[in-house]
Amino acid sequence: MADNVVLQMRNIHKSFPGVKALQGVDFTLRKGEVHALMGENGAGKSTLIKVLTGVYGKDEGQISMEGKEVLIHSPQEAQKNGISTVYQEITLCPNLSVAENMYIGRLDNIYQNWKKMNSDADKILQSLDIPAKATQQLSSCSLAVQQMVAIARAVDTDCKVLILDEPTSSLDEQEVEKLFKLMRDLKARGVGIVFVTHFLDQVYEICDRITVMRDGKLVGEFEIETLPRVQLVSKMLGKELDDLSDIQGEYSTYQNKEGEAPVFEAEGLSSDAGIRPFDFHIRKGEVNGFTGLLGSGRSESVRAIFGADRILGGNVKVNGKPVKIKKPIDAMKQGIAYLPEDRKRDGIVGDLSVRDNILLAQQVLRGFLKPFTKAEADKIADEYIKLLSVKTASADTPIKSLSGGNQQKVILARWLLTHPEYLILDEPTRGIDVGTKVDIQKLVLKLASEGMSVTFISSELDEMLRTCSRLIVMRDGRMVGELSGEDLNQNKVMNTIAGGERE
Amino acid sequence: MTQNKPAKGTNFLANLTRNQLFIPVAALLLLLVFNLIMDPNFFKITLDHNSVGDPVLSGFLITILDSGSELAILAIGMTLVTAATGGQDISVGAAIAISGSVLLRMLCGSNTRPETLLMPVLVAFVITCVVAMLFGAFNGVLVAVFQIQPMIATLILYTAGRSIAAWINNNELPIISEPSFGYYGGFIPGIPVPTPFFIAIICVILIALALKFTTLRLYTQAVGINEYSAKLNGLNPVFIKILSFVILGLCVAVVGLIKVSRFQTINYSVIAKDIEMDAILAVALGGNALSGGKFNMTASIIGAYVIQCLTTTLYKFNVQSDALPAYKAIVVIALVVLSAPIVREKLSALMPKPVAKEVA
Repeated sequence: MADNVVLQMRNIHKSFPGVKALQGVDFTLRKGEVHALMGENGAGKSTLIKVLTGVYGKDEGQISMEGKEVLIHSPQEAQKNGISTVYQEITLCPNLSVAENMYIGRLDNIYQNWKKMNSDADKILQSLDIPAKATQQLSSCSLAVQQMVAIARAVDTDCKVLILDEPTSSLDEQEVEKLFKLMRDLKARGVGIVFVTHFLDQVYEICDRITVMRDGKLVGEFEIETLPRVQLVSKMLGKELDDLSDIQGEYSTYQNKEGEAPVFEAEGLSSDAGIRPFDFHIRKGEVNGFTGLLGSGRSESVRAIFGADRILGGNVKVNGKPVKIKKPIDAMKQGIAYLPEDRKRDGIVGDLSVRDNILLAQQVLRGFLKPFTKAEADKIADEYIKLLSVKTASADTPIKSLSGGNQQKVILARWLLTHPEYLILDEPTRGIDVGTKVDIQKLVLKLASEGMSVTFISSELDEMLRTCSRLIVMRDGRMVGELSGEDLNQNKVMNTIAGGERE
Repeated sequence: MTQNKPAKGTNFLANLTRNQLFIPVAALLLLLVFNLIMDPNFFKITLDHNSVGDPVLSGFLITILDSGSELAILAIGMTLVTAATGGQDISVGAAIAISGSVLLRMLCGSNTRPETLLMPVLVAFVITCVVAMLFGAFNGVLVAVFQIQPMIATLILYTAGRSIAAWINNNELPIISEPSFGYYGGFIPGIPVPTPFFIAIICVILIALALKFTTLRLYTQAVGINEYSAKLNGLNPVFIKILSFVILGLCVAVVGLIKVSRFQTINYSVIAKDIEMDAILAVALGGNALSGGKFNMTASIIGAYVIQCLTTTLYKFNVQSDALPAYKAIVVIALVVLSAPIVREKLSALMPKPVAKEVA
């Protein structure tokens, strides 16, 4: 065994009722490397990490740190062994100071020397080049800085292994850059970093090695130079991937009839979520998209269309007829469906079964006095689970125990069940593996070719360019441009987002 | 009612303990066995005749059936409030005082010793229901619209309710001598089983029908688990929460009728005192999370009878009435801790694990 191996996991097994989550997985981490852990949703990445950090106990296998076997039963024990984790969602206390957040839970004495704590914290922040002060309230920092504070907290505890579980999913590009700089610093200090992400670009930018998992099994460990992207993707999916670049051509575009009114038309629509009044329309069978930086108002715009925020003004027409949309139910009755951006907060009803989650919207449309019978509910749930190939132990399983991608499929099933005329998808592919991503993109184009109108929002521009025939560009709560046809290319969109001279 | 189907190959015992009904039913059996060993007289039921000469059953079990029914009716409403709002209504006892007071005022008017009733009991009861539902809606609006924590919101009525009840009857204590008014909380001539039991059965049937033929369960659970998501699915969380309080108000009116009918009068300061705590306990004992979300109505209703069984057992062993709450607390702590989800998880982990199977 090489000397520089810091963490070794051998033959790890873990089962949950009904699912074998890990089957004989090996994982090796060396000192001073960034090691990507890749796989589709449900491949077992999160389970492996939770076994490593003591959140779950393992059924079989061994974990050793620097050659010595360790038993880890709780996150505290993991930390004592030098394993620290930073999760996707920031798990700090926003209303405490930066220093308090760094030391919370680690204060051994009743008497705390606050001055010393603050100066210690400042030293660490400085040495890691994190732009925050110890006494600053955490919530006044940007998300990226908060993420870095979480990392600073993690590495301060004599950390040998740092696990970053999708740390970049809520950061914009510059913030990601800052985070990468921090990761490189830590790497230079000899910390082994496990990096879990869905962004292939980031993997190739920062990682040295990749371990790929699929269906709870190890596919293999690879040096980054020896594994081109296409191969990585095909290893994750377990099949040779057809060319992703042009899926639009596979589906015929829907032919609009002459003089047909748009499916949805808004004039001067505005809501209390801070967007300026905007005009918008979508034709039958069209796929368009809202694009812009985070916080540009792209989500708020579609929320206004669906009546999810308080509507302040504007006229709305559906199929040429003026209608009032004040609440989500009004929009639903007009055949509009909305898959929200924040799946956990706005999408899933965690404790309810997959079946109930699929049926919810359609049940609300049917009304209070017309519940689905048990037989109907079972039939519909099974049909949609099959249609979208949702991976779940049964329709009775609570949705919260599904992986992210499968939860998203359930929410998608919920809205497809209402047979909408106009489907709004806000970041349907965020935090989802490549295979499911392509499935969703293909589904969107298929639905559009059958006459459904779709608005598609995504942080990934190439995904938007692949699916949309028209892009609406937002900046600072305002609509600043509309691109279609030949203008639909990366440069043009970037220029419009940035506010080039052409405007 | 909401249990998952057990997976194949699981141990019978493990399934049994994982069922939400296990704890309340086991507690009930335990109490009954305890009584059987200590003193079988607990199970003695005798057929007596009351002062008017009608046959009535009496015995400890009948007492449980009688008083437990009041609790069971309240548990129905409390379960819905708990599920939808993740909080509890502590003004139930005070609201019963108000309901009882309104009922007497309707029947007696300003005359506190009426020879005849001013209106049919049914009409007075309907008016009482409306008043109780309005007070429920008041609590509901505080919780749903103004987003005050349910316990704090209902603290208002908890504090003021009994004064309001006294004020409704000008602080008088009307007494109704009409014997037929006593049927609701006592016995209907010729039927030896206490009427509250039948009223409880009607309430249980009504709520069972409501849960079967409306989407009340799905809507309440969805709002209780994730309000934001419920809203984006076209539900109106504010309305659902108020509705749960209004249904509890209806339950309160029914219990108000039973209580006032039982005594033929009212004592504003002691009527239904602390009954809200027993109702909340019934919900907790049924294994329902007090933080809201999924609920099991059957378990709550059984829980109500378990609480009453416990109270009656303690009375039977001549525990002084002021020491009663202390003894009750000990037993309740044990029961509630056992039925807490976190302990249940641990317990079921001790049981043989179901065989894992491959997911296709």
